[in-house]
Amino acid sequence: MNKVLIVAEHAGGRLNPSTPKCVTCALGIPDAQITVLVLADDGGAVAAEAAAIEGVARVLLVDNPANAHPLAAVLAPQVAALAGDASHVMGPSTTFGRDLMPRVAALLRSPQLSDVMQVEAANRFRRPVYAGNAVVTVEVPAGRQVVCTVRVASFAAAGAAGSPAPVETATPAVALPGHTRFVSVSAASGDRPDLQTAARVVSGGRALGSAEKFGMIYRLADKLGAAVGASRAAVDAGYAPNELQVGQTGKIIAPGLYVAVGISGAIQHVTGIKDAQTIVAINKDPEAPIFEIADYGLVGDLFTILPELEALL
Amino acid sequence: MRKIMVCVKRVIDYNVRVRVKPDGTGVVTDGVKMSINPFDEIALEEALRIRERGEATEVLAVSIGPDDAQQQLRTALAMGADRAILVKQEGILDPLVVAQAFLALVKKEDVGLVLLGKQAIDDDAAQTGPMLAALWDRPQATAASKLEVRGDTLVVTREVDAGLETNEIDLPGVVSVDLRLNEPRYVKLPDIMKAKKKPLDVTDLAALGVSAEEHVRILGWQPPSQRQKGVMVKDAAELVAALKQKGLV
Repeated sequence: MNKVLIVAEHAGGRLNPSTPKCVTCALGIPDAQITVLVLADDGGAVAAEAAAIEGVARVLLVDNPANAHPLAAVLAPQVAALAGDASHVMGPSTTFGRDLMPRVAALLRSPQLSDVMQVEAANRFRRPVYAGNAVVTVEVPAGRQVVCTVRVASFAAAGAAGSPAPVETATPAVALPGHTRFVSVSAASGDRPDLQTAARVVSGGRALGSAEKFGMIYRLADKLGAAVGASRAAVDAGYAPNELQVGQTGKIIAPGLYVAVGISGAIQHVTGIKDAQTIVAINKDPEAPIFEIADYGLVGDLFTILPELEALL
Repeated sequence: MRKIMVCVKRVIDYNVRVRVKPDGTGVVTDGVKMSINPFDEIALEEALRIRERGEATEVLAVSIGPDDAQQQLRTALAMGADRAILVKQEGILDPLVVAQAFLALVKKEDVGLVLLGKQAIDDDAAQTGPMLAALWDRPQATAASKLEVRGDTLVVTREVDAGLETNEIDLPGVVSVDLRLNEPRYVKLPDIMKAKKKPLDVTDLAALGVSAEEHVRILGWQPPSQRQKGVMVKDAAELVAALKQKGLV
């Protein structure tokens, strides 16, 4: 049996959609017995959500006021203390998991595999390198504990369980450091769909020309019930906030529909969207590389096309 | 704070279109331009600015890699680092080994702050910073986009999925940096000449008491799967009709 421990990501009393995707990845490990670990200050609701995911055998809940904010230095010793007999320790390859999991791996003296995109065997995985320009098959020695971050865009979310898994509470006996303190986090972006897990995404690039004109992207997104993304060039130019950046150095996403507006299609952007089911590209340059990967391409002036699309939708 | 250590990795230049070798044993590196990992260059720039503000006295650039990584350390010295150390080791290194080597240097050099990129653009692992912080039992702040030294503490703004998160950490500690922290300076010719006279020491893992254990084996390399090119539509109406037909809108 392979005991897989998945560290749940959550905020505001809700489980992050990356966690059911980690469960799907874990289910690819032969004979996996999956425990989801919830570290929170008041995690009852999150634990109940995790327990309702199909494939989860058990939820471990650690309630502690120190866990009010996801500080890696505080969470990692608790994860390490509870991961003793796990064959695999997993977290999402989001900024949460990328911060936490290597710290866990080092405490466990176990190797980590980042951005796992495919499970080939209990100790053999595939992961992207060089911004997705190459894929490597990697192996850890059989029987060796391994820490993974899961490339969430590569896995569908696990479904709902018929009956919920048991929730157990735990109190890991470890000293928690006071050397790292949470100060603040910028407010979440309201009721718009979450970029990382949205079914539809509309992204704007440098061609929008200004933060004001970038508003056209928000209007089209609202019309489609879509999340808003942006190219690195648009973020660097100040048209959109950094958390909207899509691409290798931003968010890697896999929506059902991706609409790229005024985005040329630099490799680092394409890396972030190539798992989308359908890609639509709108660009005035017929030679733009984005058209090489788009399912539907439309050459023209976005300032003419966007109002037309809005009227037609 | 006395000393800042900046970790720089020698990688294929970010402008090079990386290709997998036909035999699947790696990527093409013959005649390919090598550079400092761009995120590490931003880390170095930040260290230099901290020193220039009088908040640190020395910037030490370190690297682990082949003998040729001395070129990248010379570039770091030309940018303004005071001193450099190369831990000479061939081949692809596991981040756990790299973190142990850097930990040995941190202790030997009595470092107050470690700055490095949030990831290297070759293996995209993003592990070394947090691993070093864990082994050192000190704070970490990853993906920093703003950094403020306040005596023995550091106020760090981090790029997270929700937006920007601010943390306060006690020094010594480890900060991994993101793209928007700063724009690195250009190296001028006189600085390149000056850098040749700056100290660059070479050591190895054995001298640091670290074993070059292989934790992860790469079995093979493949090019990524390619998307098929689709169709061009002539106007907004045709696009909407196509999307409606596929049930996408």
